[in-house]
Amino acid sequence: MIKPKVAFCWEASCGGCEEAVLDLNEDILKVIEAVDIVFWPIALDFKYADIENMNDNEIDVSFISGAIRLNEQEETVRLLRKKSKLIIAFGSCAHLGGIPALANFWDRESILKKVYREAPSVINPEGKEPQVKTKTASGELELPEFYDTVKALNQVIDVDYYLPGCPPSPDLIMQTITAILENNLPPKGSVIGPAKTLCENCSRKDSKPDIMTLKEIKRPHEVIIDPEKCFLAQGLICLGPATRSGCGERCIKANMPCRGCFGPTDNVIDQGSKFLSALASIVDFNDEEEIKKVVDSVADMTGTFYRFTLASSLIKRKRRLK
Amino acid sequence: MTSRSIIINPVTRVEGHGKIEIFLNDIGDVDKAYFQVPELRGFEKFCEGRAAEEMPILTSRICGVCPTAHHIASSKALDALYRVDPTSAAKKIRELMYTAFLMEDHALHFFFLGGPDFIVGTQAPASQRNILGVIAKVGKETAGKVIRLRKECRKIMETIGGTAIHPVFGLPGGVSKPLTEDDRKKIKEVAKYGVEFYRFALKIFDDVVLKNKEYVDLIAGDIYKIKTYYMGMVDEENKVSFYDGQIRVVDPDGKEYAKFKPEDYLHHIAEHVEPWTYMKFTYLKNIGWKGFIDGKDSGIYRVAPLARLNVSEGMTTTLAQIEYERMYDTLGAKPLHNTLAFHWARLIEGLYAAERMTELADDPELTDPNIRNLPKEAPSEGIGAIEAPRGTLIHHYKADEKGLIRDVNLIVSTQNNAAAICMSIEKAASNFIKGGNVSEGLLNMVEIAFRAYDPCLGCATHSFPGDMPMLIKIYDKNRNLIQEIGRDY
Amino acid sequence: MNNFEPRIVAFLCSWCSYAGADKAGSSRKTYPQNINIIRVMCSGRVDPQFVLEAFKEGADGVLILGCHPGDCHYKEGNYNILRRYHFLKKVLMELGIEEGRFKLDWVSSTEDDKFVTIVSEMVKNVKSLGPLRNEALI
Ligand code: SF4
Ligand code: SF4
Ligand code: SF4
Ligand code: FES
Repeated sequence: MIKPKVAFCWEASCGGCEEAVLDLNEDILKVIEAVDIVFWPIALDFKYADIENMNDNEIDVSFISGAIRLNEQEETVRLLRKKSKLIIAFGSCAHLGGIPALANFWDRESILKKVYREAPSVINPEGKEPQVKTKTASGELELPEFYDTVKALNQVIDVDYYLPGCPPSPDLIMQTITAILENNLPPKGSVIGPAKTLCENCSRKDSKPDIMTLKEIKRPHEVIIDPEKCFLAQGLICLGPATRSGCGERCIKANMPCRGCFGPTDNVIDQGSKFLSALASIVDFNDEEEIKKVVDSVADMTGTFYRFTLASSLIKRKRRLK
Repeated sequence: MTSRSIIINPVTRVEGHGKIEIFLNDIGDVDKAYFQVPELRGFEKFCEGRAAEEMPILTSRICGVCPTAHHIASSKALDALYRVDPTSAAKKIRELMYTAFLMEDHALHFFFLGGPDFIVGTQAPASQRNILGVIAKVGKETAGKVIRLRKECRKIMETIGGTAIHPVFGLPGGVSKPLTEDDRKKIKEVAKYGVEFYRFALKIFDDVVLKNKEYVDLIAGDIYKIKTYYMGMVDEENKVSFYDGQIRVVDPDGKEYAKFKPEDYLHHIAEHVEPWTYMKFTYLKNIGWKGFIDGKDSGIYRVAPLARLNVSEGMTTTLAQIEYERMYDTLGAKPLHNTLAFHWARLIEGLYAAERMTELADDPELTDPNIRNLPKEAPSEGIGAIEAPRGTLIHHYKADEKGLIRDVNLIVSTQNNAAAICMSIEKAASNFIKGGNVSEGLLNMVEIAFRAYDPCLGCATHSFPGDMPMLIKIYDKNRNLIQEIGRDY
Repeated sequence: MNNFEPRIVAFLCSWCSYAGADKAGSSRKTYPQNINIIRVMCSGRVDPQFVLEAFKEGADGVLILGCHPGDCHYKEGNYNILRRYHFLKKVLMELGIEEGRFKLDWVSSTEDDKFVTIVSEMVKNVKSLGPLRNEALI
């Protein structure tokens, strides 16, 4: 049997998705045996020319992690799309924009200004900022262009499958690789993972009252967290009702509420507003003033409800007010 | 002007990838080497507006290779922001988490990344300078040992933090979950194994590196030597400390130049901006930015394993102390300016981490359920520092009275070494490029300089099996490609 | 001074507010034609995704009208939307979409005048805010 050719590549990411592959531990040896890895993550643009020289669709599967933040990243994934039969968006950043897309609350200018001119440790009297092209006495140096808005992978290229999570859990990674090897993949466009919500699998779900009511929202640092009781029932924001299961309840097991890294379940576009609905429905007030108080007690509502999904939600960035 | 440029692209990646560009002068010698980081995500800005208590979870996403370092530095910054001291058990759980992380991270570097250069050979083809080559050289059980260490450490990290990548357990004033007696038992076993593992690793270092004159010469030689200041955290007795302490700086002669509390970092550390890279360069503020030069008059300093050992007066644990003394005795100077000694220092630190884990595992307080002190004061400003595997890491936050972040500043480990990395690369390159002739070993030798720092830009090279491909392109002054040195692998 | 004609999407509860709008129409009361009415069974049926979708598709404002508190045909529907409305409004404001572009109010089947007033004011407000889409949403 010819081994499938596989590429790994990362864009605006933290490298954690690659580490997650290492966390397959012994299983990684099985993977290495079963597939022909044509690119290591870092090998990629080194071999940019080599990829260009490949036939279209020569790579069987490309796993791409990270969001799209720079023009160079966009070019790389376009090229990979051309050369790959399947593209898998690997991890929350590629799937939904992930944490880097919180930058969509700001824009290019404000980010560069903060990092290179306003940070308290910076001494930069000339107000220098990184440039796409810099002439030096020796020659010209180039940097990729920093975009205004972070995008998820499918906003730039066509994506065949999505592997959710920040990072995806080893189980799901293995499941995906097995499905590829056995030619047993779900329909194109699927998010690989259970269709249920986290709540449905959660070890604390039995402590969730049948009719849940909530009068006050608390923040994790303000209370001693009960290690067994449903977080929402304790008044703590937990994105479980609007999040796909499949992570193994990692945060819950560490006694911390879910922040939604597995993204929404099937057919939900906007995870944040889905959670918002779920939360609003358990607020135990009909009086407008009381409701407003509860609303005000949620710290950074958008940054929390859309923690991993801002780039791919219905409204993808903060509007610039002129 | 007949300038030629050599592009090594990418050396490796930060969150994108690093590039090295080498420009030759008229006579074909190295004029200047640029180490570029072509990536930025802008955490300092986009964390503004976020809820303060979420910062440990957000900032761990700066780096998936050292998320634990960011998570804990951030938790410490929150302690300060809310002026709440964690309970004693919580501090111990955090530190324990940290020792597990340090143990696996340093092991990974030695066996997957930097180590193969030595174990397999500096002149070996790149296709063999990886864990597979290491296995071929020192036996198959070794790979099993590394995988086991990594797996066991990461299991501990999962128990404490939910996941090893992007843990979630840090809160101002403590941690989210106590440890059980069962956990303690497992931790003790792992610690014991860790000590064995690092003694074994040091033995490999002895046999393969120190008994090989060529390597010893390389380590001690001039190509990989730059004389800089050093920075690292120490305890009250000036012993190496990772979780807590003061930041000490020694000058190139080893004399204490400064010792300060992390809260005072702004008096001592400044950042310099260059338009050709997204990475900022840190330097000693009171000396100033003098460009990419070493010596006492330049504010450039180095961090990470060798720097930590250089600024300290020893290790707090027995076996690591013995190794510490042996290293300085063998190489015969302190501070050591030999970049390649970073590898040795890294293993000594790994041994320390395993011993420290043993101490913590034996501490009755480790399983104390009292793991949180709730903040009582309104948040304002907080600074937290930690020694990440790749050097001093500082998180600095300001928040409004509602606990929303208003200002974030980060001094990230690799940044501290960035200027020195540029210089080390330039120096290695200068040695191997003369009169326009690029000698065979250039690729390897530049790689070796770079890898010694285990730059976090090398995150991706932590991928199995950790190849570091490079391509050198030589252009004439019009940027026409006239020579290309690639690598088969 | 301003030729901008805002587009406003209005979700109207079929039991009361829609009837109120109907009454305004049949009694020939004039109100701005900028609103596109979507009839829903109950204001509680409006999913926040509908509102976001409307903004995404080019609405400059979104209006939700339901029965007065206590009068909802399904008892709780309008309380439900009241809670969602306040949460959603905060999200919208955090994303730079001004308060005036998103309104919730109660209109009964007899309150044709109130309907006209609400609509006219909303149009006037949004007009002064200007178009939403100036390179704001991608
Ligand atoms: S999804 Fe998470 S782990 Fe993966 S690259 Fe993004 S931030 Fe890192
Ligand atoms: S809300 Fe959170 S804690 Fe409660 S059942 Fe759902 S996932 Fe579990
Ligand atoms: S509990 Fe939620 S945030 Fe945590 S890993 Fe699972 S899906 Fe992600
Ligand atoms: S039926 Fe009119 S608001 Fe529910």
